[in-house]
Amino acid sequence: MTDFYIVWKNLTRKPLRLFLTLFATFIAFTIYGTITAFQVAWDSGVNLAADDRLVTVNKINFTQPLPVSYVNKVRAVKGVAAVTQMNWFGGYFQDPRKQLVMMAVDAPSFLEVYDQVVLTPKEQEAWIQDRQGLIAGEAVARTYGWKVGDHIPVNSNIFSQKDGRTAWDFTIDGIFKGKTPQTDTNSVYFHYKYFNETKSFGKDYIGFLGIRTTDPKLNEQVIKTVDDMFANTPFETQTVPEKVFNKGFIEQIGNIRLILTSVVGAAFFIILVIVGNSMVLAIRERTGEIAVMKTLGFQSGRLFRMILSESMMLALLGGGLGLSAATGLTWLITSKMPQMPPLLMTHSIVLQSLGFMLAMGLLTGIIPAVNALRLNIITAFSRQ
Amino acid sequence: MTDDHLFDLKGVSKRFIKGKEAISIFDGLDMTIKKGDFLAIMGPSGSGKTTLLNMLGGVDQPTGGEVWFDGKRIDKLSEGQMANWRAGNIGFIFQFYNLMPMLNAARNVELPLLLTNLSAAQRKKSVTAALELVGLADRASHLPKEMSGGQMQRVAIARAIVSDPKLLLCDEPTGDLDRNTADEILEMLQLLNKEFGKTIVMVTHDPSAAKYATHTLHLDKGQFVEKDLVA
Repeated sequence: MTDFYIVWKNLTRKPLRLFLTLFATFIAFTIYGTITAFQVAWDSGVNLAADDRLVTVNKINFTQPLPVSYVNKVRAVKGVAAVTQMNWFGGYFQDPRKQLVMMAVDAPSFLEVYDQVVLTPKEQEAWIQDRQGLIAGEAVARTYGWKVGDHIPVNSNIFSQKDGRTAWDFTIDGIFKGKTPQTDTNSVYFHYKYFNETKSFGKDYIGFLGIRTTDPKLNEQVIKTVDDMFANTPFETQTVPEKVFNKGFIEQIGNIRLILTSVVGAAFFIILVIVGNSMVLAIRERTGEIAVMKTLGFQSGRLFRMILSESMMLALLGGGLGLSAATGLTWLITSKMPQMPPLLMTHSIVLQSLGFMLAMGLLTGIIPAVNALRLNIITAFSRQ
Repeated sequence: MTDDHLFDLKGVSKRFIKGKEAISIFDGLDMTIKKGDFLAIMGPSGSGKTTLLNMLGGVDQPTGGEVWFDGKRIDKLSEGQMANWRAGNIGFIFQFYNLMPMLNAARNVELPLLLTNLSAAQRKKSVTAALELVGLADRASHLPKEMSGGQMQRVAIARAIVSDPKLLLCDEPTGDLDRNTADEILEMLQLLNKEFGKTIVMVTHDPSAAKYATHTLHLDKGQFVEKDLVA
């Protein structure tokens, strides 16, 4: 027999209470793990943004166009390594309710600027050569069952062709992967040239520019040069680092972080009170036993550690199970809903959760442990 | 003080503050317990029996005087030192057994041995010997709730003797048992005293229990009424 055996026996002596407190902890960490994975997925657009990438939009707002001629002007700016144009297409496949994240781009410069889009050399070559070709991220391809070589019509809810049709015909030349597991592959890209030649309005205009600088230290200088270059023209620009642009985009749909943190915080607080109360009651019921152990010669510090170990074990057990469930849940969501950003149980979420489990164990166990430490044998026996 | 003295209490006093009132339990109490004694302490409620037992067991400290155990003064020991002293020298037997409900008989008996440096194999050997001595070897795997009062008290006795302490302190050890079972427990204590040389101090209300002891002391209002063992 060891101290651990006694701790385990104390923890499991009332199976119903153990089940209920474990269940409460399990729920708390399932919620925490899943919601944090959502949070990380939302933030990945900001966190994965490259330091050397800038975005130039119309100064009025990013839905207003810019002339395509800006591309070459910006390319000539000192400190610019590559520049590409992008145009929101407003595409949908078959069902207007199922929108696609779809952009018209200049393929060679696009691949140069956005290196998180990973194609095989064969796919890359095929796409560049094919005027009507498109590339789709593996998440969106999985959603619609697309394969390389498929011919598909994609409609736009913004643009139309010169003959009045809103559908464009495409050939899938490549299914791209993300550079990292967190990279969102829920997007589709096709040739701006094809788009520009066939669309009925807005010819030679683009949505925004993507810029890669030669060195992130030159970002400020490039931003100033580009925006100064187009100042006092009908199409003034606003250039910002990609991180800032993505963050601003995410913030347009509300302060998700605050909402998520509030939900997780409220759940945690309630669980903490429940588990803490349960631990206090459990140890209070054992006052006589603690007094007997002290009488036999067990040191107060040893009993303090045993009680704290019990609450830690409870938190780690319930939390571990909850985190495992959250891992399963995020995997399920990602596999069943590929249109969502990929939810991953990252090392940082696991480490944060472990930290919370230890903190929860400490907070719920410290009061009963201190009570045991201070317990006076005579007083405890007189209560019996 | 001579070599055959196990305990010497010299001018021991014990006072409590209850509300605004100071209550004196003992005032200048002297007492000697010799090695090998089986001492019964009797007296009415509030006479100080349990307080005396607690002081002998090192779970309560006197407010004055000196307590000597086997030639060493113990009343000035710190809480931690006192816990170590108890673990090494005293076996406790309580009225309500005070077994750990989630541990079986063998594990309950093993509990004091966790405070020693014995290996798991040595602990197991000692536990088996102690349970055999109290006649409960076949109940080693039983939980307290699966045993009768008498069996639980025998497990408690096994727990008290397993680490081979010099002194057994018994607080109303038969107070919760029927007459026959009480006699069995008292015979066992007598055996431990006579055959194994254990010094025993037993607090009891029961005159027939006291008959098993070699000496009986009567306490009243913090004073011994019979003086045969008072130094």
